[in-house]
Amino acid sequence: MTQTAVTPPSERAVRAATPGGARAPRRSGRRRIALPYLLLLPALLLELLVHLVPMLMGITMSFKELTQFSIRNWSEAPWSALDNYTVAIDFDAPVGQALLKSFFTTCLFTVVSVGLCWFLGTAAAISLQENFRGRGFLRTLFLVPYALPVYAAVITWAFMFQRDNGLVNHVLHDQLGIGDSPAFWLIGDNSFWALLVVSVWKGWPFAFLTVMAGLQNIPRDMYEAAALDGAGVWKQIRHITLPSLRSVNQVLVLVLFLWTFNDFNTPFVLFGKAAPEAADLISLHIYQSSFQTWNFGTGSAMSVLLLLFLLVVTGVYLLLTTRGRKTSDV
Amino acid sequence: MRRFRAAVTGAVSLSLAFTATGCGGGEGSEASPKTLTYWASNQGSSLEVDKKVLQPELDQFEEETGIKVKLEVIPWSDLLNRILTATTSGQGPDILNIGNTWSASLQSTGALLPWDAKNLEAIGGKDRFVDSALGSTGVPGKDPAAVPLYSMAYALYYNKAMFKEAGITKPPTTWDEVAAAGKKLTKNGKAGIGVEGSNLSNNIHQVFVLAKQHGADFFTADGKADFTSDGAVAAVKQYVDLMAAQKIVAPGNAEYAQNQSLSDFAKDKTGMVLWQTPSQTFASQGMGPDDWGVAPAPVPSGKPGTGKQTNSMVAGINMAVFKNTKNLDGALKFVKFMTSDEEQILLNKAYGSVPPVKDAQKDPVFADPSLAVIRDTLATSAAALPQVPEESQFETVVGTAVKELFADAAAGRPVTTESVRAKLEKAQQQMPKK
Repeated sequence: MTQTAVTPPSERAVRAATPGGARAPRRSGRRRIALPYLLLLPALLLELLVHLVPMLMGITMSFKELTQFSIRNWSEAPWSALDNYTVAIDFDAPVGQALLKSFFTTCLFTVVSVGLCWFLGTAAAISLQENFRGRGFLRTLFLVPYALPVYAAVITWAFMFQRDNGLVNHVLHDQLGIGDSPAFWLIGDNSFWALLVVSVWKGWPFAFLTVMAGLQNIPRDMYEAAALDGAGVWKQIRHITLPSLRSVNQVLVLVLFLWTFNDFNTPFVLFGKAAPEAADLISLHIYQSSFQTWNFGTGSAMSVLLLLFLLVVTGVYLLLTTRGRKTSDV
Repeated sequence: MRRFRAAVTGAVSLSLAFTATGCGGGEGSEASPKTLTYWASNQGSSLEVDKKVLQPELDQFEEETGIKVKLEVIPWSDLLNRILTATTSGQGPDILNIGNTWSASLQSTGALLPWDAKNLEAIGGKDRFVDSALGSTGVPGKDPAAVPLYSMAYALYYNKAMFKEAGITKPPTTWDEVAAAGKKLTKNGKAGIGVEGSNLSNNIHQVFVLAKQHGADFFTADGKADFTSDGAVAAVKQYVDLMAAQKIVAPGNAEYAQNQSLSDFAKDKTGMVLWQTPSQTFASQGMGPDDWGVAPAPVPSGKPGTGKQTNSMVAGINMAVFKNTKNLDGALKFVKFMTSDEEQILLNKAYGSVPPVKDAQKDPVFADPSLAVIRDTLATSAAALPQVPEESQFETVVGTAVKELFADAAAGRPVTTESVRAKLEKAQQQMPKK
C-alpha cells in the first residue's frame, strides 16, 4: 500500500524531467500504475477463494434446509427462509437453550482466559526485561507451549487430566491429599477449569511474545529519568510501561479474545465430540449441531450469528479504544 | 515490460493452478480403469496392523485383475466426517468401509451406490449373506446401500483369574446374576464390570439392547424418534444404574472412551466387559487366550433369543461403493473379491470377527468357542439398530445423554427415572424436525 502511494510522485517527476516523452511513456506509466494491482491479484483471488466464498456459502446454507437428505446436492436444497435462525434463537426449546448456555459459558471462559493470558504474559515479559544469567533460556522455555503442535499438547493434557491414571490427580489427591476422592476433570463441572488451564497454558506465550516486542520500543531513558525522580519499580510500570504498551495491548487483547472465543481445537481434542455441559464452548457446540446431528442449516445459522456477534464486539471495541486514545493524546 | 507481463501472467496462472488443485483435492475417482481407491476402517489394533493385513490381499487382487487398489486406513473418529466431506464434494474413494449402523443415514444422502438386483448379481447374489447382517445394510424395502464385510456381536467376557478368586464358578447369564457376580468382584479397588461412559456409540449399543429387553425401541414403526417411552427410560436407567445404584462399575469409567475398560480388564482390575470381538486387543494387552472366558451377553431371564431375549445389536462393517466412481466395473470386482469365501475366511480370521458370508462361516476356525458364541448370537438373538436415516443423530444425542447421566452418577448425583426421562426428552427435541 505505501509503495503505491509513494511511486506516482517520483514517476511524475521522472516524466516531467523528460520533455516530449509524449504517448509511449504515458502508457507505460499507466501500466506501471496497474502493475501493483496485477501483482496483488493472485493474493486477492486466493483471499476470495479461501475466505469470502466459503463465508458466502455458509450464509447461503444458513437459509437452507440442509440435512442428510439434501447435503449431497446442497446448492439445490430447499430454501427454509428464517427457520434455521428461529430454531437457533428459540430460547424456550432445547436447541436454543443449549446455544444460549454455551454462549454464556464461552463469554465467561473467554474473559477469564484472556485476562489470565494477558496478566501472565505481561508479568513474564516485564520480569525478563532486565538482562540476567539464563534470560535467553527462560525466554525460549516460555515459548514452548506456543511452538508445540496443538494436538500433541492438548492430548498430553487429556492424559494428565484422567481421573484414575492422570498426573493432575496424582499430585493433587495422592501427594497433596486434596479432596476425599480423586476429582473428575474431563467430565462434569470441573471440566471448565481443566479447559481453562489448557487454554491459558496455550495462550499466554503469545501475550508474552507480543508484550516483549512492545517493551523494546520504550526508550530506556524514560526509566532512567523516572528513577532519578525517585519513582520505584511499581510506579515505573504503572506510569511508563503500561501506558506505552497501550497500542500493543489493544491488538493483543483483541486477537486473544477472537482466538479464545472461536477456539475449537482445544475442547475437541480434550473432550472429544461431545463436550461436558460445563465446558461446552460455542465452536464445538456448533460443530456438534451441524456435523454430529447432521443439521447443517441450523449449524450455519448459528455460525452466522456468532460471526455477527464477533463483528459487533470487535467494532465496538475498536471504536472505544481508538476514541480513548485520541482523547488521551489530546 | 515484456518481462513484467510474463511475470504477471506467471503469477496469475500460478494462483489459478493453486486454486484448481485446491478445489480438486484429486483423490480417487479418476477415469483410469486400472486403479481404485479404498478407504478401510480401522479393524486391527492399529492402522499399521490393518495395512499389513490388507496389503497382501490387494496385491493379490491386482495380480488377478490388473487393477491397482490404493489403500487408506481411516481411524473411526474421522471416518464419518471423511465420508460426509466426500459426499458433499463428490471427491471420494471408489470403495469404502462403513460402520453398519450408519447404513440408513448414509443411504439417505444418496452418495452410495444402491445394491439393486443387478449389482448384487455381480457379487454372487444376496443369498450368500447371513440374514441378520443384511438387516443392517439400509432402510427396509429399499435396495441395500452396502454389503456386509465383517460381522460382530456383543458377548460377556470375563476375567478367569478374578472369577476364581471371587469364587464364581460359572459365568452369569442373566442381569441378576451379573449383579450378584459384580458385587462379589467389587472390592479392594477392583470392579465388577466395565463400561465406556464417554463413548457415544458404545452407549447406544448397550441401551439399544436393554430397550429391546424392555420391549421398547428408540424409533416408532414409521421411523419417528421415540426416546421417552417407559421402556427406553427404564433401559437407560438400568444401564447407568450399574454404576449409580448397583455400584459394580468403577466411577472412573464415566470418562472412558478409548477402550480403557479393556485395559482395566487385562490388568485384573475389572471382572467383566460387554464387548464385540476384543480378542486381538486382549492379546495386545498381554492377555493369553486362557486368561479370559466368553459367554452370551446377559438377558432378563432364561436363554437369549428374539424380542425381549435379544442380547446384542448386529455389529459389523459394511462395504459400500461411492456412486461417483468412474470405475464401477472394477469396484464391483473388488467387492466380489473381498466377499469371496476365501477372503472372508482370511480377513475375518485376522480380525477376530465372523464372516457374514454363509459358506465362509462354515470354516472350522469360526467354530472356536470364543467365536461360536458370536456366531450363534448373530444367528439367533441379535437385532439390527433402527435402520432409519436419523440413526446417526440418534447415536449423538442419546449417546450424549447417557454420557451425561454417567457423569452425574460418577459425581454421586442421584440418577432417577425423572432425571433420565428429562435427559432423553431433551435429546429427542434436539433431533431435526421431520
